[in-house]
Amino acid sequence: MPYFLPNRGPGRLIVVEGIDGSGKSTQIALLSQWLRLRGYAVAFSEWNSSPLVKETTRRGKKKEMFTPTSFSLIHATDFADRMERYILPLLKAGAVVCADRYAYTAFARDVVRGVDRAWVRNLYRFALKPDLAFYFKVPLETALGRILGGRNALKYYEAGMDLGLSRNIEESFRIFQGRILAEYEAMIEEMGFHVIDATKSIESQQKEMRRIVLREFGTVRAPGVLGVDLNAARLHA
Amino acid sequence: MPDYKARPPLSYYRTALPGVDYSELQGKLIVIEGPDAVGRSTQIRGLKPWLEELGHAVLDTGMARSALAGKGIKEAKQGNTLGPVTMTMYYLTDFADRLENEIIPALRAGVVVLTDRYIYSVMARAIARGENRSWMEQTAGFALVPHATFYLRAEVQHLVSRVVVGRGAFDYWESGLDNGFGRNMYDSFVRYQSRLIRVFDSLAEPYGFETIDATRPPVEVFESLKTSVSRIFDAPDKPRIVPPRKSPQRSHPAPTLRTGSSRRE
Repeated sequence: MPYFLPNRGPGRLIVVEGIDGSGKSTQIALLSQWLRLRGYAVAFSEWNSSPLVKETTRRGKKKEMFTPTSFSLIHATDFADRMERYILPLLKAGAVVCADRYAYTAFARDVVRGVDRAWVRNLYRFALKPDLAFYFKVPLETALGRILGGRNALKYYEAGMDLGLSRNIEESFRIFQGRILAEYEAMIEEMGFHVIDATKSIESQQKEMRRIVLREFGTVRAPGVLGVDLNAARLHA
Repeated sequence: MPDYKARPPLSYYRTALPGVDYSELQGKLIVIEGPDAVGRSTQIRGLKPWLEELGHAVLDTGMARSALAGKGIKEAKQGNTLGPVTMTMYYLTDFADRLENEIIPALRAGVVVLTDRYIYSVMARAIARGENRSWMEQTAGFALVPHATFYLRAEVQHLVSRVVVGRGAFDYWESGLDNGFGRNMYDSFVRYQSRLIRVFDSLAEPYGFETIDATRPPVEVFESLKTSVSRIFDAPDKPRIVPPRKSPQRSHPAPTLRTGSSRRE
């Protein structure tokens, strides 16, 4: 059984994945900007950003009432809303949709929370298969250094405190991120991720991403939305 | 008619919930299912005091009533942009919250849980809107297998008259207008509810529903339900069943048709 539905285009779906502090958000922002400048119609969608579930998520987090299953399901609700209202129609309209995190985040994170692996993979079967999925590979300590150095307060669920891994929030975060990292690493081949070495400079990571996008998509001549016959297009920038 | 005594202890359909010890669940899980306006909540209002009079502690729960997602679902339904998959996911979130934070703790404490709708309604609504059945069955597979599911069944014309008499107007979602089943609310209601009934019918056998003819007067439906519910409890513990009294002051009134609009999901 395939994990996702095929994207019948004409738009293209690019997603970035990786643990917190891997630098993926910086990279997808740069890539979106670059694609826009090249004339593509670009849309952006971020994990856990649907206004429809915002209040419910806030309530659940504030009162710490989430179980692994309800936590997984509220994120799937958020994702479904973005998929139905935003991502799918824009892809049909020929946009390039860039997503900061995708179903793979749930596959990694929810499994670490104890949710059944096959169940959560089945849950997201309504999702469209990305045309490109970048994985930002980074050693745990590097990512932790970026996060723990730069921000003051870790949040309860973000640090995996609900798992009771440690009473120290920073220690809990370390263990939690380490386990998520292991889930991601195990998915690389299965999901066909394009692996980006996230220890390299921001510039060289971006260069590598752009190279892959050009190779996979070709280039577009006319500004605006993508045509139906993208694969056949041999166009020049 | 299912043999309730042959049912194994409570377990899940397909996927275990993390952190739940199923052998601890001592109570009974009783589900009342059926399409919109078939009279489920009327029956539950009668069953709860009846069970309590027999000495059972009863938790009465129902769809979209969770502390977590109940309000969010209500708000989402005020708009017109709730897609079918999103709706299904939201209802499952609500269900998971009630299952883990209300139903399971109650069962652990030996309480009888009486639920107005269950995953079957979530599944039926999704399937009636064209979602894949096996996807739904796997997704909802963390639900507990109830001790009994009573499927209140009626044809769509019966539902129509209940809506018109009882509520005076058709509801946007009950009419499936989000999916454009018809050109007006009546046509859409009839088409959507007919489809829902067919889906419920198709779930009846695989999920062991006991079908109750809900076209009869509510008092008769109530009598059938009481007879069937009694069989769920083991014979030695079986409390004396109080015959329904005719006095209007009875402590556990037989349900009557409601005309108010205070209905819940």
